[in-house]
Amino acid sequence: MALSRDEIREGLSDILEEVAGVNPDDVADGKSFTDDLDVDSLAMVEVVVAAEEKFGVKIPDDEVANLKTVGDAVSFIEKG
Amino acid sequence: MTEVVVTGLGATTPLGGDVASTWEALVAGRSGVHLLEHEWAQELPCRIAAELAVEPSEVLPRVRLRRLDRSEQIALVAAQQAWDDAGLNDDLEKERLGVVFGSGIGGALTLLAQDDILEESGARKVSPFTVPMLMPNGPAAVVGLEYHARAGVHAPTSACATSAEAISWAADMIRVGRADVVIAGGAEAVIGGLPMAGFSSMKAMSTRNDDPTHASRPWDRDRDGFVMGEGGGALILERRDHAEARGAKIYAVVAGSGLTSDGFDMVQPDPECRGGGRAMAAAIKQAGIDPKEIGHVNAHATSTPVGDMAEVKGVKREVGDHPVLTGTKSMTGHLLGGAGAVESIATILAIVEGVIPPTINLENPDPALDLDVAANEARKVELNAALNTAFGFGGHNAALLFTKA
Repeated sequence: MALSRDEIREGLSDILEEVAGVNPDDVADGKSFTDDLDVDSLAMVEVVVAAEEKFGVKIPDDEVANLKTVGDAVSFIEKG
Repeated sequence: MTEVVVTGLGATTPLGGDVASTWEALVAGRSGVHLLEHEWAQELPCRIAAELAVEPSEVLPRVRLRRLDRSEQIALVAAQQAWDDAGLNDDLEKERLGVVFGSGIGGALTLLAQDDILEESGARKVSPFTVPMLMPNGPAAVVGLEYHARAGVHAPTSACATSAEAISWAADMIRVGRADVVIAGGAEAVIGGLPMAGFSSMKAMSTRNDDPTHASRPWDRDRDGFVMGEGGGALILERRDHAEARGAKIYAVVAGSGLTSDGFDMVQPDPECRGGGRAMAAAIKQAGIDPKEIGHVNAHATSTPVGDMAEVKGVKREVGDHPVLTGTKSMTGHLLGGAGAVESIATILAIVEGVIPPTINLENPDPALDLDVAANEARKVELNAALNTAFGFGGHNAALLFTKA
């Protein structure tokens, strides 16, 4: 069964907290990974690898540059 | 000549998570060595080591921790303590703040762990923090970034002489006018299967697995090799007038330092300690003091058959037969790149407190040992000057001479 956007966002939030120390309360669709959540490029690599594992999706390296906000990532994962 | 003083101390060692607890254990003669319970250790010839008394995870935030090699975690913990102890804050001019911080081996545990991930799960799963975690300048860089040091961040590496060498370079950095304050020291964390197997294959390590706390026994007739430890120390070195202007407490003066090389053998110590002796002589010469004033030597004394007695020859020739020796590795194990810094802290506190920590396990002194050692019990002695020595594989020698503040 496909996950809802809320479930994906919650899963992402867990990853962000684990690898980058992001407060779950700060995670919302409009938030930018780099500007709002302080997730730098190295931490983003870890987030992507963890998200691939958690959601069973493939996030190609050239796609990562387009995932600027939490909402972008949720949409990409939602499409599977 | 510009006078360089020590205004802050920090350490995390097998005896304690800070300087106070480490010092208390040193004076009490407690061993930090124990049997390793890890599965990876069970087939090794040497299954004993001195692991940290306080895990860095108890001190550093979780996310910070996962991006640092264990040696970098140790460096950060020690540097933070030293910085706070010195009463330094953000007012310090960062262009005048330097770091000289070394590691003997670097992030070997990270290298091995990430190689396992590469083999098992592929390149994509290798951590993006792998390189900054395993590079040997990592500990220096982490400390430099923590305090925004901009006068220069340097990472000498000379095996077990590393952090003594770092302190020497740090003092020079101040003497030549490149910095007012330098965070100096070293950290090491390579208690793991491959490093221990490597040292074991060299027959350098004690195999007294059935009696861990008595395994490290410098100058004892029955010594059979060193015991590996992990940990590190940091010292704040400062130009005296800079320290006085801000009203800092001064622990001791870095009166002289000497760095030489043996040009003799990769791993064997020169049995006459010629290079080590020249380092001691250079430190004494720079300090401009009479060797008779040196009341104590915190010796390199690793508990290996050749090295311990060679050093005694060097001390007798260059300092004399009067200083009281001690080998604190009998308690901490051998911190490799962290040894010189932690033992310099012990040397400085011996001057400050008037107490020389014991060399434990010295039950049957080597028949050739003809110097006074603070054997098995701490010794109260008024000290005006004390020497710390450190020698490393590759033939690196360092001697640091500290005098009363």
